[in-house]
Order: sequence, then structure tokens, then C-alpha cells
Amino acid sequence: MAHLEVDLVAADRKVWSGEASMVSAPAADGYIGILPGHAPLLSLLNPGTVRITPTSGGSQEVRVDSGFLSVDADRVTVVVDAAEAPGSGTTAR
Amino acid sequence: MAGQQRVYRQRIRSTQSLKKIFRAMELIAASRIGKARARVEAASPYARAITRAVSAVATHADVEHPLTTERSGVSRVAVLVVTADRGMAGAYSASVLREAERLVEQLREEGKDPVLYVTGRRGVSYYSFRHRPMAASWTGSSDAPSVETAREIADTLLDAFLTDDEGTMVGELHVVHTQFVNMVTQVPRVVRMLPLEIVEGVAEKGTEPLPLYDFEPSPEAVLDALLPRYVQSRIYSFLLQAAASELAARQRAMHTATENAEDLIRMYTRLANQARQAEITQEISEIVSGADALAAS
Repeated sequence: MAHLEVDLVAADRKVWSGEASMVSAPAADGYIGILPGHAPLLSLLNPGTVRITPTSGGSQEVRVDSGFLSVDADRVTVVVDAAEAPGSGTTAR
Repeated sequence: MAGQQRVYRQRIRSTQSLKKIFRAMELIAASRIGKARARVEAASPYARAITRAVSAVATHADVEHPLTTERSGVSRVAVLVVTADRGMAGAYSASVLREAERLVEQLREEGKDPVLYVTGRRGVSYYSFRHRPMAASWTGSSDAPSVETAREIADTLLDAFLTDDEGTMVGELHVVHTQFVNMVTQVPRVVRMLPLEIVEGVAEKGTEPLPLYDFEPSPEAVLDALLPRYVQSRIYSFLLQAAASELAARQRAMHTATENAEDLIRMYTRLANQARQAEITQEISEIVSGADALAAS
């Protein structure tokens, strides 16, 4: 099954990286969902929640500050100024 | 003399306590340098992603952006000098400042008017001692710079670059910082940051050509948001490299200082022993000559 290679990076560290079946993110004109096979895209992100559905099941939600997102041959790179670490309540910058 | 001996003993004691301080500073620097290098590593995915995105926009769209265009008729040029907050790092700050002086001199010869932006207390005190005006300065976090500091610096510099006000406008931005090559080599380096030179199809090619991206909402808006971030991430990486270099320089300087202190202690111990021996010899010869004088009488 096709899947997405996802990297979520903040200014000073890598927040999450792995394989996912879907990513949804707060793009400039509203939330977009990205599935495998998406056309190449470079989009700005608004502050909001990035939702990642890993192939291993479950889901990851990361609150992020503004940034941008690039999709390129099933590689999704989410680049944000600051992100809350997944699974914890602390805002790490 | 007894006085001589006491002076040597005092010197030994003070050198010993200095040695302890040097040794502690060396260990502190050594323990922090790992963290500083890890931070450089941690920031690199972000820098890579941004660089890739910028070159994607550049190859795709015609880039006409204030940050990439030369500003003609502006003689003021910003120079960001990255120095340490504390000394005890050998020639670290001195060599950055020397490099900065050279750059300032060169800019003056080209008929430009350099404006100084300084980070680190050493640099600030260097320039304020010489009554050289600084446009802005940041101190207090040279060995562990935060993203916020980098953002503040980038915002200040971008403001100065993009403003329309003749009085504060700058036409170029040069950064003088220390590049961390490895633990033994750190090189002071001058980089021209602004206006940005976008090299189309930058490096990391050799893999595959960049795809044709869709831009959301528009290429211009994406570029607008990307370039300031790019500048900020470059400045952050300069600060991080400078921090790692500072710690490496300090560790090396303190290591040398510890060894010198050991040498001094050894030398003073020899001198003190010699003085003690001389004193004993003298006492013996006094006693012997005294006894001789008594026996002769």
C-alpha cells in the first residue's frame, strides 16, 4: 500500500517523522487533507493542529504555529516555527 | 632567605587555585559543547527543508522580491558581529572582531557606511570602549542561543533592510561569525546575507529535478513567507555554530591554561626547594664557621 513519508520539523528540532497514511494540516485557505499520490504542493500553514494518521495505527495531533508544508512524490514536509511535542502538554520551541 | 621561601609557597598556592578554576571551566565547556553540537544537528532538518522550498519557488516562479533585489543608492550597510558573552576563550572573540574590523574597513573603502549590530558582551564592550555607535546589540545567550533570540535579531535586521525610511535603511547585510569546522578548527567567516542570492537549482540536486509545485495561496505569498524564515534560520544556524565554536575555543584555551599552571607550579616548587636548600646550607656553614672560630680562639 502506498504511504506518505512525513517529516514534521520545528525551527530547532525534528518533531515527528515516520510513515503515515494521511496528513491533515491548516493550510492558508482552510484545512487540507493529504493522501498518498497527492500532487506536488507548497502551501503556507496557519496556526492550528496538524493531524497525522501513522500507518501503524492511531493518530498524532500536534499543535503548531504558522509555517509551511511541502508535498513532493509522497514526501510530506511540514515546517513550522514552533510545535507542541506530540503526546505531551509542553510547548517546546 | 626564609622570606624568599614564603613568597614561592604563596605563588604555588595561588597558582594551584587558579589551576582548579581553569580545570573547572574546561570541564564545563567540554560538557556544554556536546549539547551545542546536538543543537546544531537538531536545527539542520528545518534549515534543509527551508532551503529546498526556497529553491523550489525560485526554479518555478520568477522571483522578484524586495529581499532578493539589490538596493541601489543606499550607502548604509549592516554588519552583524557574533561574539561571545564571556572571555576565557582564547582568541575567539578577538579574531571575530579582527575580521569585523577588516570588513568595516573594506566597506568604507567602497564608499559605504557600515552600521554595527553586535551580539555578545565581548563585542559590545569592545565597541563601546572605542565609542563606536552600535545600531543594536544582544547579550546574555551567546553559548546557548534560542530561536527567539534569532528571531529577534532577524526581525530587527529585516526591518532595517525593508524600511523606506532613508535614515535607518540599510542596503546590505553582512554577518561575521565563527564557523565550527571541528573540535580543533573554528574559522571566523564573513557572509553576505542580504540581498539574498537565490541560486537556481541549488546543490542537493543530482537526485531528481524538483517537481512542479502547486502554490497555495500563490507563489508570491509563499515566497513572502519563506524568505524571512530563511533569513531567520540562517541567522539561527550562525548563532549555533558560533556557540559551538565559542565552547570549543574555551575548552582548548582552558586546557592550555591548566597545563601552564601545572608548569608554573612545578617551576615554583623547584625554586622553593632550592631556596630551602640554600637556607639550610647557609645555616650549616654559619654553625661550622662559628664552631671553627670558637675552636681557634
